[in-house]
Amino acid sequence: MKLPITWLKDYVDIDDLDLEALAKVMTMVGLEVEEIRLVGLPMPSGEKHEFKYTGFSWPKDKFIVAQVDEVMPHPNADRLVLCRLHDGEEEIIVLTGAPNLYEYKGKGALEKPLKVAYAREGSTLYDGHQPGRKLTTLKRMKIRGVESFSMICSEKELGISDAHEGVIILDEDAPTGMPLVDYMGDAVFDVDTLPNMVRDASVLGMAREIAAATGKELKHPNDVFEMTGPSIEGKAAIEIKDPELNPRFVLGLIDGIQIQPSPYWVRRRLNLAGMRPINCIVDATNYVMLELGEPLHAFDYDILLERAGSGTPTIITLTAKDGEKLTTLDGVEHALDSEMELVTDTAGPLSLAGIMGGEESEVNSNTKSVLLEGASWNFINIRKTVSKLKINSEAAYRFSRGVHPALAELGVRLCLKRMHEWGGGRVAKGLIDNYPAPPEDPVVELSATWVNNNLGTAISPQEIAEILGSLEFECKVEGDIITAKTPPHRLEIHTGIIGRADLLEEISRIYGFDKIPSQRLNQPLPPQQVNPYLGMEENLKDLLVNLGLQELIAYRMTSPEREARRFPPDFEVPDQQYVEIQNPITVERRAMRRSILSSMLEILEYNSSLSQRLALFEIGPVFHPVEGQQLPEERMMLSIGMTGLREMPSWQGGEPENLDFYDLKGVVEGMMQGLHIAGVRYQASEHPSFHPGKTAKILIGDWEIGVMGEVHPLVKANYEMEEAPVYAAEIELKPLLEAGSILFDVEAVPTYPFVLEDLAVVVNESVTAAEVEAVMHKGGGDYLAKVQLFDIYRGKQLGEGNKSLAFSLTYNAPDHTLTDKEVSKRRNKIIHLLDEELGAKLRS
Amino acid sequence: MADKEAALKNLEKIKADALAVLEDIANQESLEAWRVSHLGRSSPVMGVFSSMGTLDKDLRPLMGKAANEVRQALETAFEEKRQLMEAQALKKALETEQLDVTLPGRPIAHGRLHPLTQVLRRITRIFGDMGFQVYPSPEVETDDYNFTYLNMPPYHPARDMWDTFYTKTEGVLLRTHTSPGQIRVMRDRAPEPIRAILPGATMRYEQLSARSEIEFAQVEVLVIGENVTFAELKGTLEDFARRLFGEDARTRLRPSHFPFTEPSAEMDVGCFVCGGEGCPVCKETGWLEILGCGMVHPVVLEYGGYDPEKFSGFAAGMGIDRSTLMRYRIDDIRHFRNNDIRFLRQF
Repeated sequence: MKLPITWLKDYVDIDDLDLEALAKVMTMVGLEVEEIRLVGLPMPSGEKHEFKYTGFSWPKDKFIVAQVDEVMPHPNADRLVLCRLHDGEEEIIVLTGAPNLYEYKGKGALEKPLKVAYAREGSTLYDGHQPGRKLTTLKRMKIRGVESFSMICSEKELGISDAHEGVIILDEDAPTGMPLVDYMGDAVFDVDTLPNMVRDASVLGMAREIAAATGKELKHPNDVFEMTGPSIEGKAAIEIKDPELNPRFVLGLIDGIQIQPSPYWVRRRLNLAGMRPINCIVDATNYVMLELGEPLHAFDYDILLERAGSGTPTIITLTAKDGEKLTTLDGVEHALDSEMELVTDTAGPLSLAGIMGGEESEVNSNTKSVLLEGASWNFINIRKTVSKLKINSEAAYRFSRGVHPALAELGVRLCLKRMHEWGGGRVAKGLIDNYPAPPEDPVVELSATWVNNNLGTAISPQEIAEILGSLEFECKVEGDIITAKTPPHRLEIHTGIIGRADLLEEISRIYGFDKIPSQRLNQPLPPQQVNPYLGMEENLKDLLVNLGLQELIAYRMTSPEREARRFPPDFEVPDQQYVEIQNPITVERRAMRRSILSSMLEILEYNSSLSQRLALFEIGPVFHPVEGQQLPEERMMLSIGMTGLREMPSWQGGEPENLDFYDLKGVVEGMMQGLHIAGVRYQASEHPSFHPGKTAKILIGDWEIGVMGEVHPLVKANYEMEEAPVYAAEIELKPLLEAGSILFDVEAVPTYPFVLEDLAVVVNESVTAAEVEAVMHKGGGDYLAKVQLFDIYRGKQLGEGNKSLAFSLTYNAPDHTLTDKEVSKRRNKIIHLLDEELGAKLRS
Repeated sequence: MADKEAALKNLEKIKADALAVLEDIANQESLEAWRVSHLGRSSPVMGVFSSMGTLDKDLRPLMGKAANEVRQALETAFEEKRQLMEAQALKKALETEQLDVTLPGRPIAHGRLHPLTQVLRRITRIFGDMGFQVYPSPEVETDDYNFTYLNMPPYHPARDMWDTFYTKTEGVLLRTHTSPGQIRVMRDRAPEPIRAILPGATMRYEQLSARSEIEFAQVEVLVIGENVTFAELKGTLEDFARRLFGEDARTRLRPSHFPFTEPSAEMDVGCFVCGGEGCPVCKETGWLEILGCGMVHPVVLEYGGYDPEKFSGFAAGMGIDRSTLMRYRIDDIRHFRNNDIRFLRQF
């Protein structure tokens, strides 16, 4: 809400606080000041400010209340006038083009001088002729032959509003010669009102908080006035169908009112608060809404009489019929349903309760009598209607958050008083007040001990009562116990333990968070849970980084079409269930991802031309809807993506080669070793996303946990990528982390010398290195500590379809030095088994 | 006697000749050649030894001694010469071998943790030191966990504070904050006391721009026990802020509103970009909001399975992306999930 400071001063004396200090007080009680707009008032002194300031100040020697005594025609221009103006010191001729002065042109000396805001030569103010708010400085110049150096200001030029159709005509009692800042200098605080503090979406509400925080007195608005008209009795009636939805409805009546502009100070305040002044009737309802927080609605009473035919206008509040239509005063037609509360009369709907009036019965330029509504509505019902109709208004903002019914009556009285003051007429005696469901203002009982136990403070029962009292709770203190009755302007205080929590917030807020001491946790440490999974995940990320991979975090939101790109174009994508988003920001992100490989391929694509080498990984969930289960399975996955050069090119020359399958496999193996996972197997496999001859499934024992390989060229072609082949792996995390162990055996470092032998065998192409290795281990037994492949050779002399695999074998015994005899025995067994099981021959 | 004289003279000559040659030697090969020709099997001095048999028995000891002396002298001279030459060679090498140390090193292909992971780890470590444990919780949540159990029944005004992505499954949404995890950890642990942190991804319906994201990381902090106080909330979070932002970090707690805490507060930290002087990052206030917090609301305690008459607690939630953004003055929040390698490599 936008809070003009001069308005605030009506209810609390803040003269001892400068703008900065006031904003700080407000922010520290929960009324966060987001911006301070200077509309005349000077910038607070001091070098450092904690708030953002905009707008400008009106120096006392430059901006003055002046009077125009005569408006004269300009000798050379019809659209300009010359004003004989007195600024309290001297008489000056001021040139202006303001259309609202034309009517005084050539009338000679004015009977009642016009009071205006006058800016002297050298003043800095907003340029009225430029869009937006741009500062300019008044200089001496000639306009159509007449010298001009000063200005009668419009609202736009002073920063009050964007209106620039004419100059400001101040109220008659404005004292000529007074510095303008003293007369109406202001600052507007842009206050972020918290959702539970709608009671403070009003000038009085904010004044109450400030008064409580500073120990000052709150001055309530004066609603006392004389109702001089005939009694309202019999002029109207109220019928409430559902008190739950409409706990109270109050009507007041004023007749003979003159539709005219409100006094200038009213219009200025409304403008500063962000509401456009209309006429004295509408302005009065808006003014009281901003002042008190109670939205009001003015009906043209004569229209209601007409609608009632011969009967008494009767206001009936009830829910709409399904499909019923109502055009609100913004010209929009709404289709209603049976949950929406309406204000109607015997002839049909009048307004959307608590949200917006209807077009037909609204106040217009012919209005003479006003029936004024002040009501109270169920905030949840209003809220539903607002969200269904996508409609908003200042009234809806407040009613959808809860306005206390007590304010309805006060609001109507205050508004009638203001209408009478600003538009004349007679206020009918009395009000019609239908109040079927008064709320029970909760009484909360709490002990000072409980308060202090929760805050970690030592506040006395008396001080607690004083704090609550400053917020207008009625408090009683008996020993340690404080009994507090909720004041009749707030609805968000509960009973019982929740009520106590509500009051704890009020006490701590007003006492001041900064006065509450800081303490270390003084609680017994909860039982510590073992969470091996998280530790392993962290370990895994570190491992992959150490293996040279960069971590990614991809968007969860994607689309089935995007994910289908991970398959070749002619592949029939299986029909898979997605977690679909009802209100996506774009169709491109309308579902939660099912494939982490897709995310990886997209990020490889994004970076493809940005780096000559990419080695990336991501650990994150994919989302799989589960039949018969409300929430999807969030399956944690690991993806790895590699493409481009094996090494980054360097000045030392040498043509680096592209990464290949075995680079990816090296990473996967390094990861498995780092996680201490035993029994990992790699099996040639097929997968629609991968090259059929360059794909392996990854198994732990017989458990398939993932796939890796070269991305299928047709899949790669779905993405805009550089030429180098792309390698990727997709691995399920849970089995990986479950198979990994924090505790593992460390092999003794051998103390006896090892024997190293090379063995080259010729096998058929179909025999894998892993098979040969397995047989070697079988034949070598415990003494064969290590087998390492170091060369693969194919050549004519080996025969068609054969290859030679050369291994380096390390023999070692833990407890003695191996003899030649021991080694040769095992070598022979290996050779024998290789021949027997794989048809392998020693390469001569 | 003449024989003896002649033989001794010959030895002297052998020595003098050899030393004269050695004197002029300037490279390793000549030195080795000298060793072969003057100390090797067929060298003159060795010839003296092998011809010893032809000498008189009486002369042999004398001549043997003299020949040995010559050989030793030559060996010593050789060793001295060798060492001298080595020293000279090293000196020369040290003088001439000079690298251009400004040339770049061989590039090593490295990886890094994502910046958000790095910041999250710092936060986890700080709370870990205080006895907090990580608790994982789902990203796709029910309306109940995300709102109702957090004291926001349907149509509660506070639901407006979160722009929510709903799924096409009734009552299921993308969590708008990590707070639903509070209920999950409470229901898991009640009635034991709790000290947990819950990190994870959250989603909000926003228009993507340099300043606003639809997906971002949060961390939730939760303490439940008997007699947990606001003072402990303050002390714990102030300690945390100092450890994350530096010993001199100023903090303040400002009243705020969250339906699931009461009292509620927001913690501001002195702007680390301008040092509190005022800048565009802190919107000229000198303060940056880093987290929301408060005492756990009785309704939430009850939904979590704790008796609010007996237990109390505090909770805090902070966005990782935004504070990382401010910390490193990153111009665009979308960098975190676009994963531009040129961005990621800088961390």
